[in-house]
Amino acid sequence: MVPERGVSMSKYYVNKFLYTVDSDPELLKQYGENPRALVARWEQSIGPRLNDYEITTVTSLSDSEREALVAHDYVALFEMGAHFFLSLSIFIGLYEDEWTHKYGPLSFQREFAARLQSWKGREYPSVEA
Amino acid sequence: MAKLAAVLASTHHPFYLKATTAPVGEQIPQAAEWKRKVEAYRQTLTRANPDILVMVGSDHFHQLFLDNYPTFLIGRAPRYDATFYNEEREFGIPKYVLEGHEDLSGFMHRGLIDRNFDFAFSNELKIDHSIICPIITTRPQADLPIVPIYANIFAPPLPSPKRYWELGRAIREIIDAYPSDRRIAAIGTGHLSLELGGPRQFGEHGPDPEFDRRAVQWLAAGDIESILDQVTLESLARAGNATHGFLALIVMLGVAGAERADYVDTLDLYHTMEAYFTWYPKGASA
Repeated sequence: MVPERGVSMSKYYVNKFLYTVDSDPELLKQYGENPRALVARWEQSIGPRLNDYEITTVTSLSDSEREALVAHDYVALFEMGAHFFLSLSIFIGLYEDEWTHKYGPLSFQREFAARLQSWKGREYPSVEA
Repeated sequence: MAKLAAVLASTHHPFYLKATTAPVGEQIPQAAEWKRKVEAYRQTLTRANPDILVMVGSDHFHQLFLDNYPTFLIGRAPRYDATFYNEEREFGIPKYVLEGHEDLSGFMHRGLIDRNFDFAFSNELKIDHSIICPIITTRPQADLPIVPIYANIFAPPLPSPKRYWELGRAIREIIDAYPSDRRIAAIGTGHLSLELGGPRQFGEHGPDPEFDRRAVQWLAAGDIESILDQVTLESLARAGNATHGFLALIVMLGVAGAERADYVDTLDLYHTMEAYFTWYPKGASA
């Protein structure tokens, strides 16, 4: 296996996770409530789907990607080059209401930014998959 | 031949509807000013009295994803659903069904191919907020048929800025050549400096106010030379990781041509600088 190719394919698969879960209210709810179970279910039966019948057999998550998804670790996902739009959208979907209720409007978005402050002024990890 | 009655280019801020329809006590301080500015911008379309809207936007991973992401895509459907679940959830944008204009879609697609833009196409396209936001701001009655055109502005690798300008020029030629007595308006949205999912997101202003200032000047003056001289994919990234949305505004300048805008307005909001431009092409009776 050529490592670089593996990394690139896997970044795609992280994005596929974020894309499919963010666009489905039932999956999003489970990702909030029990992320480890949802990630396992996704890897088994959702990630491989090309359509209702066809599956792909050539993609998989690396251990660190799986753990970042399980931990809702948007800093790690940023650093792996997960697409910023997908990552922001799904974690807003999970956390915005709770944070707005506790700390006011946009508090979650600002916390998200604050946790990435060490990247300010540096070239960000590429999102090219 | 068809008349290009107006060209409109603006930022699209998906929170506009939510911000201006919230109970007054919960509105952001700029909500009333924002609404006034948007309604004034809307007037610039209304007075052009359009029959068909050519809409330039970008799918934000709603229908289109990285398994098959087109650089440029045109819709060729008789009707378009709009607004995805996660846009309703996050932005509070309602669902719409927009009429398409299959004849102009087909003419546009053929014309683009003949001008060396080998577009992807879709016969079943659900429209996202990049096109619904300007419907809400400029034509909220959503009563005109549309021709949707998507340009990739955020899934790299992207074409050069010059290519977006040339796309706009091609769209313009095709509209001018369309054998119809209809009045067409071209409406596109993108961004000035913008950060999403990064350390500079949701600040007091856009991530790069200096870029915003220059970008507004360039568009207002129709100064494509300075844009092509100074704007690169790398410089856009330095101004904010989602600043490539400016490329969609370059498309619209291409449709207008290197001309001074007839209408320019801006609003410095949290998170972004909003900007609104309208051109009335020469000879158009606005």
